[in-house]
Amino acid sequence: MSAPDPDSQPIADFKSRPDLFRLLCQAAAALAVLTLGWILYEIIYGAWPSINKFGWNFLATAAWVPNREKFGVLPFIIGTVASSGIAILLAFPLGISIAIFLNENFLARPVRQTVRFVVEMLASIPSVVYGLWGIFVVIPLVKGFGDWATVHLSGVPIFSGPAYGNSLLTASIVLAIMILPTITAISRNSLSAVPHTLREGAYALGATRWEAILGVIVPSAAPGLVAATILALGRAMGETMAVAMLIGNSSRLSWSILSPSGTLAGLLANQFGEATGMQVNSLMYAALILVLITLLVNLAGEAILRYTQKKTAGIH
Amino acid sequence: MPTLVENTGQSKVSAIHELGRADFISVRDFNFFYGKKQSLFDINMDIPEKQVTAFIGPSGCGKSTLLRNFNRMNELIEGVHHSGEIQLVGKSIFDRNVEVIALRRTIGMVFQKSNPFPKSIYENVVYALRISGQTKKSLLDDCVERSLRGAALWDEVKDRLHESALGLSGGQMQRLCIARAIANRPKVLLMDEPCSALDPIATVKVEELIRELKQEFTIIIVTHNMQQATRCSDRTAFFYLGKLVEYDNTHKIFSNPSEKKTEDYITGRFG
Repeated sequence: MSAPDPDSQPIADFKSRPDLFRLLCQAAAALAVLTLGWILYEIIYGAWPSINKFGWNFLATAAWVPNREKFGVLPFIIGTVASSGIAILLAFPLGISIAIFLNENFLARPVRQTVRFVVEMLASIPSVVYGLWGIFVVIPLVKGFGDWATVHLSGVPIFSGPAYGNSLLTASIVLAIMILPTITAISRNSLSAVPHTLREGAYALGATRWEAILGVIVPSAAPGLVAATILALGRAMGETMAVAMLIGNSSRLSWSILSPSGTLAGLLANQFGEATGMQVNSLMYAALILVLITLLVNLAGEAILRYTQKKTAGIH
Repeated sequence: MPTLVENTGQSKVSAIHELGRADFISVRDFNFFYGKKQSLFDINMDIPEKQVTAFIGPSGCGKSTLLRNFNRMNELIEGVHHSGEIQLVGKSIFDRNVEVIALRRTIGMVFQKSNPFPKSIYENVVYALRISGQTKKSLLDDCVERSLRGAALWDEVKDRLHESALGLSGGQMQRLCIARAIANRPKVLLMDEPCSALDPIATVKVEELIRELKQEFTIIIVTHNMQQATRCSDRTAFFYLGKLVEYDNTHKIFSNPSEKKTEDYITGRFG
């Protein structure tokens, strides 16, 4: 080796040292990925006998008779989708309206902040408390409405009788309240991220406040509103305790929203403790389906979000 | 044509349409406050019809604030108030009978940063017509072509009117905003530093456009660019610390200003 060229001498010592913080972060990230993989592995492993035995029929059969080893989760899939769907239908308009109200200066700031605080506090109430509240408040209300509806709206399939308190509608109403903070908070964030210049542009053209809000501000915030809905939908589908307490946990298929129904999450919570044999495997299979459905919803949400973002790209 | 005064029925802006009125907009003893902070002091000026009036002055001198009073945009800010008077063809714009919606349809505005809505080019242009309830397709089509031609943008976008406005270049977006502002045929066009975010070529295009547009509109332009003021304005007002220092023909201001302060500013001694 020749003598060191003075120009190639390092100005400072840049040699990397083992970085503990970096290692810790890497380990934590790896742990998260591994955990997800482990969970999936355990579920699939546990579900395997049931997957082998029932195959796709498991998804299309409406039967859950453990002592005769007949398992099919169609009613629970429908119940999961229907209860979250109805919850979104109820919570979306309400949540967006609250978000608009909180984002615009309709009332003095203290009032808005109070409302915002209260709505966000809804997220901190434990699920089981929602369930109790549902039992004591929503069930009587829905029962009363159901008794009226089955008589006066009996021609409508979703109101066909008899009416029960523990029903799809009850669970959906409580779910709607539970996902309201999610929708409101994310929607409000995306509404407040709409550039002020767009608002001014609309006002400068002679728009009224409503025209500016509905015609310019809400469409500009659309990607965020979609994201809010998808996240809320994901939460509603996985919600277990309150729904299990209210929905009636029935495996019978019915058109009526006043009838008991069941969800995948509720099924798992109710039966796992006492399950044996093939029932355990089938519950694992049901869990796998729940995971796949929520995964699908999130992927679809991501796709919609990307699409709408592309359409409105450049305004933020 | 929207009428400025809705309730009285006796005086309508559309009826007053004399050419070249010297006091098309007149400002009298106007003071403006953001909360307790006064930002305009005793402004008195007459702005002539169908000419370009430039507002110049260092940042924070109040020129934009005054501009944004002409269409009452400042009312969107909480805690502002004013004293004195601004009149559009002899009628106070602060009169209780004046609907601010109608005022803003009479006095259009173009902003510093172009702000096209996340809609198609077509829908951007017809926005003002849509919100005033116009649905007739032929009328909207005409308006789009007329406005885009007016904003010297038609040839560049006529084949993609229904594509998103957000795909345009910066200069095109700003001209689209001008097209949108003139679509409803306002009387006055307020421009708040319309070229400050544009490259030199786009700036030239907008300046040419401003000279074209004064055939039809009374234009008030706020600018930081003194060359721009000399190139495209007829009258120039120099503001400093919330006061109107000097207001005269552009040529006079830039060749032989009466005030020492003006001279210092235009020769770049401060600001």
